[in-house]
Amino acid sequence: MSLAIATNVTPQQNWLERLGAGHIILAVALVLYPLVASDFFLTQIGGYSLIFGMLGLSLMLLAGYGGMVSLAQITVAGIAAYAIAILGSNNSNVLGFGWPWWLAVPFALLSAALASALIGWISVRTEGIYTIMITLAIATATYYFAQQNYAIFNGHSGYAGIRAPAFWGIGWRDARPFYYLCLGLAVLSYAAVLYGSRSTFGMTLQAIRDNPRRMRALGYHVTAHKVFAWALAGIIAGLAGVLLVWFNGRVSPGTIGVDAAIDVLIIAVIGGLRHPIGPFLGAVVVVLMQTFAIDIVGAERFNTLIGMVFLVIVFVSPDGILGLWGRIKPHLAQESLRPGQ
Amino acid sequence: MRMHRRTVLALAVFTGLTAPSLALAADDTIKIGLLATFEGPFTVLGEDGERGAMTAVAEMNGTVAGKKVEIVKGSSDASPDSAVRAARKLVEQDGVKVLVGPLSGDEGIAVKDYAKTQPNVTFINGTSAAQDTTLRDPAENFFRFSTDGAQWMAGLGTYAFNDKGYKKVATVAEDYSFPYTQVFGFMAEFCKAGGHVPSKSWVPIGNKDFSSVIAAIPEDVDAIYVALGGADAVNFLTQYQQGGGSAPLIGGSITVDQTVLTSKGKLRDVLKGTPSAGPTADTNDAPAWKTFVEAYKKQPGAFPSPSLFAHGYYVDMKATLLGLDQVGGDVSDGGKKLRDALSKLSFDTPTGKVSLDKNRNAIADIFLTEVTEGADGNLMNKLVKVVPQVNQTLGIPEDEFMKLGAVNRDNPSCP
Amino acid sequence: MSLLDQPSSSSLSGGGTTRGQAWGLVGLLAAAVMAWLVFAVWPDWLNAILISKKAFVSAILNGITLAGLYFLVASGFTLIFGLMRNVNLAHGSLYLLGAYIGYEVTNRTGYWLLGVAAGFAVLAIVGVVMQVFVFRRLEGDDLRQTLVSIGISIVAADLMLAVWAGGTYQIATPEWLDGALTLPIITAVRSNGVSVFLTYPLYRVVVLAAAIVIGVGLWLMLHKTRVGMMIRAGVDDRAMLQASGVNVHAVFAIVFAVGAGLAGFAGVVGGSALSVAPGEDVRYLLASLVVVIVGGMGSITGAAIGALLIGLAEQIGLVYFPTYGIVLTFVIMVVTLAVRPQGIMGKAR
Repeated sequence: MSLAIATNVTPQQNWLERLGAGHIILAVALVLYPLVASDFFLTQIGGYSLIFGMLGLSLMLLAGYGGMVSLAQITVAGIAAYAIAILGSNNSNVLGFGWPWWLAVPFALLSAALASALIGWISVRTEGIYTIMITLAIATATYYFAQQNYAIFNGHSGYAGIRAPAFWGIGWRDARPFYYLCLGLAVLSYAAVLYGSRSTFGMTLQAIRDNPRRMRALGYHVTAHKVFAWALAGIIAGLAGVLLVWFNGRVSPGTIGVDAAIDVLIIAVIGGLRHPIGPFLGAVVVVLMQTFAIDIVGAERFNTLIGMVFLVIVFVSPDGILGLWGRIKPHLAQESLRPGQ
Repeated sequence: MRMHRRTVLALAVFTGLTAPSLALAADDTIKIGLLATFEGPFTVLGEDGERGAMTAVAEMNGTVAGKKVEIVKGSSDASPDSAVRAARKLVEQDGVKVLVGPLSGDEGIAVKDYAKTQPNVTFINGTSAAQDTTLRDPAENFFRFSTDGAQWMAGLGTYAFNDKGYKKVATVAEDYSFPYTQVFGFMAEFCKAGGHVPSKSWVPIGNKDFSSVIAAIPEDVDAIYVALGGADAVNFLTQYQQGGGSAPLIGGSITVDQTVLTSKGKLRDVLKGTPSAGPTADTNDAPAWKTFVEAYKKQPGAFPSPSLFAHGYYVDMKATLLGLDQVGGDVSDGGKKLRDALSKLSFDTPTGKVSLDKNRNAIADIFLTEVTEGADGNLMNKLVKVVPQVNQTLGIPEDEFMKLGAVNRDNPSCP
Repeated sequence: MSLLDQPSSSSLSGGGTTRGQAWGLVGLLAAAVMAWLVFAVWPDWLNAILISKKAFVSAILNGITLAGLYFLVASGFTLIFGLMRNVNLAHGSLYLLGAYIGYEVTNRTGYWLLGVAAGFAVLAIVGVVMQVFVFRRLEGDDLRQTLVSIGISIVAADLMLAVWAGGTYQIATPEWLDGALTLPIITAVRSNGVSVFLTYPLYRVVVLAAAIVIGVGLWLMLHKTRVGMMIRAGVDDRAMLQASGVNVHAVFAIVFAVGAGLAGFAGVVGGSALSVAPGEDVRYLLASLVVVIVGGMGSITGAAIGALLIGLAEQIGLVYFPTYGIVLTFVIMVVTLAVRPQGIMGKAR
């Protein structure tokens, strides 16, 4: 819990202190980032990391607070992305109802939340580690179904030509607006998860994670709480899915394949599942590695590299980069107390 | 204290994230992006594509119009998303103005869509062979000097009906766009000649057990047209042999390529005599082809005979270099001159003359082949005849061709 | 994270003999219909509905033999889970590695049986190494064990791709396993009155036989030997087993060796029936997952039932509705989870 800086503050502090200095600095840095970054770094690294960070965040919500490790978050995001392609417009000559974005997006989020709740309802019927297996099976089944179904998913080719909306005179897929859009939604999701974790619901969820039997005995509806957590995670994953389809301009079964499902898990675990900032850190690391591995080690053995990093993290630091930071920090603090610093 | 450390972290992260290394090529070099599958199960194919492209570069001694050619590689895993990501990196981060690739069908369509958002960059196909990359809704700056999957089938349907005497044929193919295109190319001719296709089996990608599919094929067909690639083809053929299948086969372009013909086992017996068609033939006697094979073999790790992917990447890279040569390597005008030159380009490849139609798709020779056993005991595709200068509409007038509609599971149909 | 130390309350008590009899009757009826479908000469209307008798009977037979293969892979998976609560998501990689090793050994020595033996032996060793050096260190932490197994599967898939490239390999079966059996099943009667009998590849029958032999062997090992007793005791209550002075780690290592070895064995056998190529690891991992979710975690009988259901569903789906065959498998899984979350033969925990 090393970075959970705001968890131990007392309510008497003013809003600035409650927000935490770390958060403010981070926010300022992120807002000013476009001043120094090229378009490529803004969208391909910045925007993409934020999107996958949100996906990781939705997994972190379930795993960190609910003890349910899901491999189906990319599936939920994919459902939102497909919903945008189907309800909005695409150039694949299949479906495409041409709804405006302000109508399509809520429906996409709703379908993501419902799908997530359904997946949750199926998987919480069993306990614990089963979840990871069941969600993996569901993710793969959805992938195969999307690949075979032409009426709804347009099969193997999927949908292309999906455009991000333009309003207020801004094309939201242009580098800078898109980055700020991702940043805004990511911050919103992050704050919501942070706030939610301290709400009554969040506390109950964590208590259920730690001792479901006792919570049931106390009269809590354990299943309902868990399924609701799935629905919330579904909304965050759905938001990420909407951003992803605007970013890529396309969605196909490859977007929601097993590789992608495991990528999300890798991001969340490398970053750390203890605090909502973890998945975003993990996303930055993984996206940077994915993008530049070809220049450094060649693309051929990229998966060995990422797999090894993942293994080392799981072995050395169960809490990911956050955990590593928590271990290094005391040493640094010691050093900075020395004279001359 | 806590805050201080986090500042350091934040700064460290962001300096790493900003460096906008849009390193522009120096005046004496030309950067060309090369996009292929260097990861995932198609790695072998992507690497052979690279060999083909590098053969073309080596032919020009690594220079064009006095400038040194610098190849920047981009890697996809054969999914459209990863192809676009790699193309974006090449264009937006590495700053290439000319890009050759990608390798597979749906990747091609995705990169074509991306090309529309980058009007100042010139895209030349790799081996992607989907029809709609150039036929419907084409991009002004996407060129394909290699042919598409329907073109590859030119002559096969007529040959099967007239010379082989097959009147009724069942098809077995994987369930996605490339096999649709191949089946379309075959049936367009076969149905027109008077043949019938009473049963089409679309097998989900990743299915490895074909025996039930084989059992469901009607017994009264004269032949079975098979458009499966790699592992799926090997599995189908083995199980067909095990199940005592007796109907002769007709092969799609990648069904009887060297990856399948070199497999060991009894599937060799079923393969002999299988007619097929494609952009290359193993026993092509033309001197230009032989020269190309020799040049190709100088590349590290080369196969005994260049694959379809080496050939496609070679042709497209060669065209790129010839185009660049004509404009003196000058792409400072957003590549306008280069695109003009490419549109008018007509040149001799190891497989005959290649030129472009108005959609910037190649018109080229297609080779009708038949599997035979070579003197060394290896199976190879023997050249039966060359179908000269096949265009994208397979010789059918364009408006008539467009009326056939987009390829899919049910189109065309002649039960 | 204590994910599993919480028993759920459901307990499904048998509904007495009447219920059992009712099910028995239904089963008998189904068997009779099945027997008629397989042995009778079909009238034309039936041929019209089900494509042809040949297609139908082949799909059933292929489903059963595929089930044999799935059972071989899934039995190891379910054993390991049952005893150690270890969801080994690298199980598919074990299958694929076994297949590659079987190919190499068969190819070099020319003896197929040697390849099969090598597939089992090498993978058994790999299994023990994984258990001793990786999973034992993370004992009691289910989540991290699972995560590590995912990491291993990613690295293993990539390294296998590096060694064996993306090509397709076929393991050559010996002469005496080739050829086809003529089964006493008439698929059609020609106009001249000659009956056409169904032929079926001998090799597939052998795969099925091997699966049955191994299944019976596993059952005997679990129920008639001392080690089996320990394993079953461990499945029910690991802590109690440990407290009774049994060397739990030795039992774990044995189970891992058998489980991983069976995956390797299945790899060689399956690689001979079909082929060996990248991506097979995920395919068989998924099949194992669905089979054990349906059949019930930790139960060998459950794995057999699950494998039969999934194998038949896959093949029948492939012939009669190829587009949505995969969804049929999925529907079976969801229905099982909805009706009986612990799986058909799973014990409520």
